[in-house]
Amino acid sequence: MTSADYVLGLADDALVSAQRMGWWISRAPQLEEDLALANIGLDQLGQARSLLSYAGTMLDRTEDDLAYLRDDREFRNVWLVERPQTDFGVTMARLLLFSAWQRELYAALVTSSDATLAGIAGKAVKEVAYHLDHASQWVIRLGDGTDESHSRMQAALDAEWPYLDELFEGAPELRPAVLARIEQVVAEATLAVPEVAPVVGGGRHGLHTEHLGYLLAEMQHLHRSHPGATW
Amino acid sequence: MPFEELLAEDGRVEPRDEMPDAYRRTLVRQIAQHAHSEIIGMQPEGNWISRAPSLRRKAILMAKVQDEAGHGLYLYAAAETLGVDREDLLDQLHTGRQKYSSIFNYPTLTWADVGAIGWLVDGAAIVNQVPLCRCSYGPYARAMVRVCKEESFHQRQGFEILHTLSHGTPAQKAMAQDAVDRYWWPSLMMFGPPDDDSPNSAQSMAWGIKRFSNDDLRQRFVDMTVPQAEILGLTLPDPEIRWNEERGHYDFGTVDFTELFEVIKGNGPCNAERMAHRVKAHEDGAWVREAASAYASKRSSEAVA
Repeated sequence: MTSADYVLGLADDALVSAQRMGWWISRAPQLEEDLALANIGLDQLGQARSLLSYAGTMLDRTEDDLAYLRDDREFRNVWLVERPQTDFGVTMARLLLFSAWQRELYAALVTSSDATLAGIAGKAVKEVAYHLDHASQWVIRLGDGTDESHSRMQAALDAEWPYLDELFEGAPELRPAVLARIEQVVAEATLAVPEVAPVVGGGRHGLHTEHLGYLLAEMQHLHRSHPGATW
Repeated sequence: MPFEELLAEDGRVEPRDEMPDAYRRTLVRQIAQHAHSEIIGMQPEGNWISRAPSLRRKAILMAKVQDEAGHGLYLYAAAETLGVDREDLLDQLHTGRQKYSSIFNYPTLTWADVGAIGWLVDGAAIVNQVPLCRCSYGPYARAMVRVCKEESFHQRQGFEILHTLSHGTPAQKAMAQDAVDRYWWPSLMMFGPPDDDSPNSAQSMAWGIKRFSNDDLRQRFVDMTVPQAEILGLTLPDPEIRWNEERGHYDFGTVDFTELFEVIKGNGPCNAERMAHRVKAHEDGAWVREAASAYASKRSSEAVA
């Protein structure tokens, strides 16, 4: 049987990532990209809502209870998605790692014996395939664009890479396929696969970076300021 | 068909048709200003995406702000049919040579402001824009058909936000009333100065760009909005609003345009911030746009080779 904690992990990855993605709307390098990043954020938010509702059936709580009324020690997302991101190269590097992993994960979950999870995965796998394609194209363009974009894209990849390992906690079998896909994109982008040690993360156990507290404070404050209100 | 005859028959002017330079210039200015308003308008509502009080509201708001980016794209594309390009129009926005709607120079201080913008600001925009679906310039008219469909959806969402708040806790209802109090008069100003003080209106009417006068549209908005305020259980901050049986319209108080003119001059609460946000996004993205075009030209030279 699927554990609520496992579902919360996937839900929180998607929710926290959507929250960071929402920042870009009105700040993207061009108007087409405002639309694309909003789309990706909306897909992630949709995944988060389905997963939170499912976890909520096991915990007798609503999606909003789980999103707005848990503290950071109760969140189960990986560190990759929670750190601030205001550089387009960083956002694309992160999305490449995240969506390459999500793509393999959801493709595997489609055949899960848990019918609810399989259903959510069936929808999500198509969405994250588009995210992966979008991120791949940008990493390639930026890597193989100008000298400046090449060095910025390499720096972004180096900065995100230490957070890749945490994604494989509990499911090491996904690693070869995810890495193969990422390395193919990195090569086409004329970039180097970073040689940096993984960070010791703890998101799946509720141990986070200092950044998550601020993200949640912003996301949750209005909801918490009016206990019991309907919106 | 010659331009004057086309207008006389209420036909549509298309990009390849002959048109007077002044007509073209007026359209470029108006469509660009409209496009700029859509993209600057992403900011006040975008301000609440991270703090939306439920996940459902967050999703609706993200989709709405995304629609505004989409409207910006259709409108820049419509302007480009007149022989200008988007980069150049953005440059004119960033250097202050072209304007955007002054309504976006007001801050969104509470969640209820998101509702008030949807209900009042989008409501006023619809009243202004529905006649533009019959504008004499074809590409603008067609862009407006799509924009208006989405705007009416946004207006209903705004109304629903306020309806939920006004039927919620006392604090929520007060939040809704406060937002309506602050956004009512600026919304009336969206129709522009009174008819006797609107220098460009007559020419735009003659060209079939504008179909109704500023004051007529303002009256139409008031007539549409007063009954909706009653359903919401909220008060509009104008003690002079009352039904006038003889006119068949609601009477309302005099709009104080001195404030509008100050905001247009750049002295509104958020003029500097909106522009700084927009220019920063553009400058921060320059390396990305340069890389994309460098990559594209490498690929096309490979294709040639």
